[in-house]
Amino acid sequence: MADNVFEKVKKVVCEELGVQESEVKPESSFTEDLGADSLDVVELVMALEEQFSTDIPDDDVANLKTVGDVVSYIEKKLG
Amino acid sequence: MALPAQPSGRVVVTGMGAVTPLGNSVAEFWPRVVAGESGIGPVTLLDASEYPTKIAAEVKGFVAEDWLDKKEARRIDRFIAFAVAAAQMAVDDASFPTDDAELKEQTGVLIGSGIGGLTMMTEQTHRLHTEGPSRVSPFLVPYMIPDMASGYVSILQGFKGPNTCVVTACATGTNALGDAYHIIKRGDAVAMLAGGAEAPINPIGMAGFCAARAMTTNNEAGSRASRPFDAGRDGFVMGEGAGVLMLEDRDHAVARGAKIYAEIVGYGMSGDAFHITMPESEGDGARRAMEMAVKRSGLQKSEIGYINAHGTSTPYNDKFETIAIKRAFGEHAKDIPVSSTKSMVGHLLGAAGAVEAIVSIKAITDGVLPPTAHYETPDPDCDLDYIPNVARQAQVDAVLSNSFGFGGHNATLVFKRHQP
Repeated sequence: MADNVFEKVKKVVCEELGVQESEVKPESSFTEDLGADSLDVVELVMALEEQFSTDIPDDDVANLKTVGDVVSYIEKKLG
Repeated sequence: MALPAQPSGRVVVTGMGAVTPLGNSVAEFWPRVVAGESGIGPVTLLDASEYPTKIAAEVKGFVAEDWLDKKEARRIDRFIAFAVAAAQMAVDDASFPTDDAELKEQTGVLIGSGIGGLTMMTEQTHRLHTEGPSRVSPFLVPYMIPDMASGYVSILQGFKGPNTCVVTACATGTNALGDAYHIIKRGDAVAMLAGGAEAPINPIGMAGFCAARAMTTNNEAGSRASRPFDAGRDGFVMGEGAGVLMLEDRDHAVARGAKIYAEIVGYGMSGDAFHITMPESEGDGARRAMEMAVKRSGLQKSEIGYINAHGTSTPYNDKFETIAIKRAFGEHAKDIPVSSTKSMVGHLLGAAGAVEAIVSIKAITDGVLPPTAHYETPDPDCDLDYIPNVARQAQVDAVLSNSFGFGGHNATLVFKRHQP
């Protein structure tokens, strides 16, 4: 399950942020490592919501700094 | 290099870049314009089967990723991508110094658009209606607003001087160049990247202009449907693309040894105050714009050797522009060769004036006047020398270019051979 979610997140991140798969690691920070600005983050979150058919409220987004944060958040949500 | 202590009050063109339906560079575009080729064909950017107009002048083979990083290329509106490409070409063509921080603070951007990011706006409006407000992209607003061509180019180039935008429908490109010319002339910048960009060939753009009955429905004519000043003209052909010019204080350009294409010597503007889409029936507004531009240039009317007309191929524009030229130039009007680039590239709306400025300047530097293509049947209302179908060799030292827009905006520029 974990690998599956990570792979799916990685795919969305690559598409939305225009980065290579090799750059996307669990510890990668969206803003520090993957070049995302505040608008990129909004669009990335929308794409993740679509991919996982879930809502990610703005309050939660504030805590999602890295790819790993997103993977654990989604795993928890999908429970 | 030290910047000029005083503006010279003279403005020259030192670089040119273009993305057009007849080629994605000036080098590719210009010979095809001289040859009278057509960039018009069946619409491919959308399914036009339900539209009265099924042809357009599309840009071919343009790859946004050649000019932008992958992430940006994927989501940016097409009009901004065109502007970025044309601007980069103009900077490169001008051999403009890219490592001079002081110069960059004195260099601005003024790239207009008649409409802005129409594709962005329609796609996101569709999302709003089908998926709700929370699904609308955060990039809708920045990539929809017409001023983002200037904004985006300034970021990529690091040009920190005056940064604005002109929105005057189909007069945009000419107004942008004219306003940038004034900014340099009065000393508010040493150089300006100026022009226009447009990407209106999408469902709402096509439907809107079809509804306004402004476009040709002569689909059978295909590549020959744009026929300015011809008796059979029945509307314009929608085009897309961008034209961007590097304008520079004349003394600065000379001091850095820049190649100088031509000098801008006159800019005229007027308003019709008549109708939202129709030109004023006596061509009065157009006449006044032309007269202002010639007066400001200090040239005699008889010194204008070529007019690059607005020439849209609509029944009204071409008739009234002809009247305006005759009223502005009197007896001399019949002696001035006039042609319409839109016969070949269609109507690039907000980019038209900028691309046509490039044509006007190339006419001076290359000694050849491009034709009005697809001219077959004379119209008694249009009785000037339209350079029908075949380009003409001619030495011209001063050229006038017209653009007129919905809203009654009239803009005219005069370009002159640069005298050292």
